[in-house]
Amino acid sequence: MGKVILEVKDLKTKYVTRFKESVYAVDGVSLQIEEGKSLGVAGESGCGKSTLALSLMGYYFAPLHYISGDIIIDGKNISGMKPDEVRKNVLGREVAYIPQAAMNALNPTQKVIKFVEDVVRAHDKSMSKKDIYDMAVQRFEVLGLPKEVLSKYSVELSGGMKQRTVIAISTIKSPKVLIADEPSSALDVTSQKMVIKMMRELMEKGYIKAMIFITHELPLLYNVTDDIMVMYAGQIIERGTAHEMVFDPVHPYSKGLMGSIIVPEAGTRDVKLEAIPGTPPNLKKPPPGCRFAARCKYKIPTCEHGERSPRIFDNNRMHRCIHSVEYLQERYKNEREAGSKGKVSETGAE
Amino acid sequence: MGDIIKSDKIAVDRAELEKRPSVLRGDKVTKVFGYGNSKTVAVNAVNFNFREREVISIVGESGSGKTTLAKMLLGLIGVTEGDVYFKDAKRDISSHRKKKEYWRGIQAVFQDPFSAFNIFSKIDSLLLDCINLMGGKKFSPEKKYEMMSEACSFVNLKYDELTNKYPFELSGGQMQRLMIARIFLLKPKILIADEPTSMVDACSRATILDMLMKLRDEVGMTIIFITHDIGLAYYVSDTVYIMEQGKFVEVGSAEDVIISPQAEYTRRLISDVPKIHEEWDLSTV
Ligand SMILES: Nc1ncnc2c1ncn2[C@@H]1O[C@H](COP(=O)(O)OP(=O)(O)OP(=O)(O)O)[C@@H](O)[C@H]1O
Ligand SMILES: Nc1ncnc2c1ncn2[C@@H]1O[C@H](COP(=O)(O)OP(=O)(O)OP(=O)(O)O)[C@@H](O)[C@H]1O
Ligand SMILES: [Mg+2]
Ligand SMILES: [Mg+2]
Repeated sequence: MGKVILEVKDLKTKYVTRFKESVYAVDGVSLQIEEGKSLGVAGESGCGKSTLALSLMGYYFAPLHYISGDIIIDGKNISGMKPDEVRKNVLGREVAYIPQAAMNALNPTQKVIKFVEDVVRAHDKSMSKKDIYDMAVQRFEVLGLPKEVLSKYSVELSGGMKQRTVIAISTIKSPKVLIADEPSSALDVTSQKMVIKMMRELMEKGYIKAMIFITHELPLLYNVTDDIMVMYAGQIIERGTAHEMVFDPVHPYSKGLMGSIIVPEAGTRDVKLEAIPGTPPNLKKPPPGCRFAARCKYKIPTCEHGERSPRIFDNNRMHRCIHSVEYLQERYKNEREAGSKGKVSETGAE
Repeated sequence: MGDIIKSDKIAVDRAELEKRPSVLRGDKVTKVFGYGNSKTVAVNAVNFNFREREVISIVGESGSGKTTLAKMLLGLIGVTEGDVYFKDAKRDISSHRKKKEYWRGIQAVFQDPFSAFNIFSKIDSLLLDCINLMGGKKFSPEKKYEMMSEACSFVNLKYDELTNKYPFELSGGQMQRLMIARIFLLKPKILIADEPTSMVDACSRATILDMLMKLRDEVGMTIIFITHDIGLAYYVSDTVYIMEQGKFVEVGSAEDVIISPQAEYTRRLISDVPKIHEEWDLSTV
């Protein structure tokens, strides 16, 4: 096992709404990422992916609040730090976070170089403009961005170029961990590919040591990250390698998620997509037991009681279902066979 | 990738499709922005014919003119040149009243769900507006409540959890589903969906597609997807239009266009999509 760059232990955070209600959006998340590895996070909209990303920076501002748990970056626990200290010593240096839709939030009246100066000066007030510029030119060149971009305004850049610029700026201080929330979702396929290529390069060149990649696009995760983690209602319900998760999901929710992947490959047009009926639970008052139980076709009475703790199996794989891996795999296999039999009899009737 | 269960989707018979009545047709539709040196031909003399219950996808890179075309179809911006025919008659949206009438027949779900909502009005009033637009102003509060709840549960949302909230209190995906709840209330003849599922997970996308297809069958709706998502275009469409720099470079059945693309541009686009069984080659960009 490689060196652990990011370790999160039982992290819990919540939003407090206008009506003073608590929304438990991250509810006991634990994870580890080793040096050189990337972790993908997928899950239904509203399950807490962005909140997890935000929480991992250790920087909390209303309405988001820290409840408990540890965030350890390269051996240093940042969860007890004061906001000022986090801002000065953690953000951009230990962790860089690229929020969902970040590229559309750039101040349109500032030139790109000014953003670079802001990022650098947050930690190091002594660096001269000239040095910052030289550093930026060098980094941009390595990452395949023309240096002319530095003297442009964000509105003058195309979507793909803007997003790559945002990533280059965010990582200029070579943070250990990069957290990217839907970095390429608004882009067309070619620009998306360029963004991904650049993120790969950041890893390969050692500018970042670990990466968390959040997206709904499973084929993309499959191609980009080493591991995939599926989140449901504030908790991690399964984790495994990208290949295991896509081709051999265990938890019934991940199973549904992977069963709804569509790619432009011959034959996929004829596959019936899995759509899970129902809605996720309200995070203000998450139900006891398994949070997916209400929507699950493998539910047994005990699912809705007690605490569902993660089960570790096959080295690093984890799932949070009451059933054993063997049981679930058997059920899936039977369904598959019944499904294909149905198909045979259909064609046989013709 | 889960089970290979055959979908109940019936492959459309192209000949039958082409006999269906036309709902929206375009003849050399063009949009030019600006003048002189700063002139942009965003949509360049495109021809199309969308038919009843047809599912169409318009696919192209950023800036290829998809949203501009959608806005022209919706009558939100003018057409610089060319003609649009609605149900075989030349479209007339010259007055405010005629425009309103046209919008009863054609509606849209937009790319950025946040932009479509007034940040000052609560979710309730957003849905109420739809009921009013459809002539339900006089309905009893109970009836309205029932309609709104039904629309929300149609898209897997719970009305009781949304009431009294502002749009910005929802996640992106919740917003997108709310937009479809609106369509459920409006039941238009034509729906233009500009990246309707870009913010939702695969499962919810499947649900949304299911919902839209169900709506199509119920209302006899024509759906025009505008998307970067080539997998989605392949999966849902009867007909795919590939757009490059304001022009359609390839048009045909989903199977023909996506699996055996002819245009060089289409081929490149498809090769750039991350896949599951084929390798994704990053060296080509
Ligand atoms: N500012 C806020 N105040 C209160 N609740 C919030 C706030 N922001 C988000 N939430 C709630 O917290 C939960 C998690 O939201 P989050 O944005 O993390 O989801 P997500 O998984 O990133 O969704 P998406 O895929 O749509 O981006 C949701 O139920 C959401 O409604
Ligand atoms: N109001 C406008 N004024 C001037 N130019 C415009 C305007 N709207 C769009 N354009 C230009 O028209 C072209 C087509 O833009 P459009 O938004 O239709 O593309 P798109 O295919 O929808 O892209 P995306 O996939 O990024 O949404 C672009 O070159 C754009 O810059
Ligand atoms: Mg999010
Ligand atoms: Mg657009």
